[in-house]
Amino acid sequence: MRARVLVRPKAGILDPQGQAVERALPALGFEGVRNVHVGRLIELDVDDPDRLPEMCERLLTNPLIEDYEIVESADADSIGSSAGAELREGSR
Amino acid sequence: MKFGIIRFPGSCDDIDAFAAAARVGEPVLLWHADHDLQGVDAVIVPGGFSYGDYLRAGAIARFAPVMAEVEEFAREGGLVLGICNGFQVLCEAGLLPGALLPNVSLKFIFRQVDLEVVRSEGPFTGSCGVAERLSIPVKHTTGRYYAPDEQLDRLAAAGQVLLRYAPGHNPNGSLRDIAGVCNERGNVFGLMPHPEHAVDPLGGSTDGLRIFESMRAHVERHVLA
Repeated sequence: MRARVLVRPKAGILDPQGQAVERALPALGFEGVRNVHVGRLIELDVDDPDRLPEMCERLLTNPLIEDYEIVESADADSIGSSAGAELREGSR
Repeated sequence: MKFGIIRFPGSCDDIDAFAAAARVGEPVLLWHADHDLQGVDAVIVPGGFSYGDYLRAGAIARFAPVMAEVEEFAREGGLVLGICNGFQVLCEAGLLPGALLPNVSLKFIFRQVDLEVVRSEGPFTGSCGVAERLSIPVKHTTGRYYAPDEQLDRLAAAGQVLLRYAPGHNPNGSLRDIAGVCNERGNVFGLMPHPEHAVDPLGGSTDGLRIFESMRAHVERHVLA
């Protein structure tokens, strides 16, 4: 099973990286952008996806400061190519 | 008194910690892959970039073989000092409350800062004067101390905040100017500033020695006595 783990800074925690990106976009003429947050994407093949939450809690994220979302895909090849559609359909 | 300084792949302040400990006691280096603390009286988890700090600072190092022994040692009341990356490792390991986030400036910061001693008692700051100011350098990119508000209230009420950045000296956006916290029992302490870099007049300050002297005084009084 191919899976991706989306890691985000927890809401309410100051995210200077997101702020820096948010300030940079208007400088390039991209107006009307708000609430930018920068996180991390971890992609992995797992035999037992049921163990993913435990992996997230113990190593892949620090639950005190980060939220995570597990997105699974049975078809390993599809993830790289049509990422947007996969994410919307596969989120849980 | 015997200090054990852990060396991980990627540690870089282990030798300065070794030299600082040598001023007040007998230091030994402990290898990350060994299940052996060599009978030390205190453990120092030094600064650096353990295991490359991949994923998050300290996230991989907390699973190093020697850390199982450190956790056991801490459970038995042994003194454990985490400096900079060592502080991050101890937070990741759950031995200390909170977490360290990227500096608000997103920049690597290397400068001398003033710290205020919040508690001039206990194993790590017992040799400090009441409300004494310590001049000690910081050098890090990920040093913004964070814990949820209610936990910060509890830490302050329980006397677990030992050091704060003096007004105007908070270099990284740490909440409530926290520079160093200990666990509930008081035997595990972590701080972002580097006391081991402030032990010789040549370096501009010897204030860092207070931390190591405090540890020696505590061990001599309570453990070796």
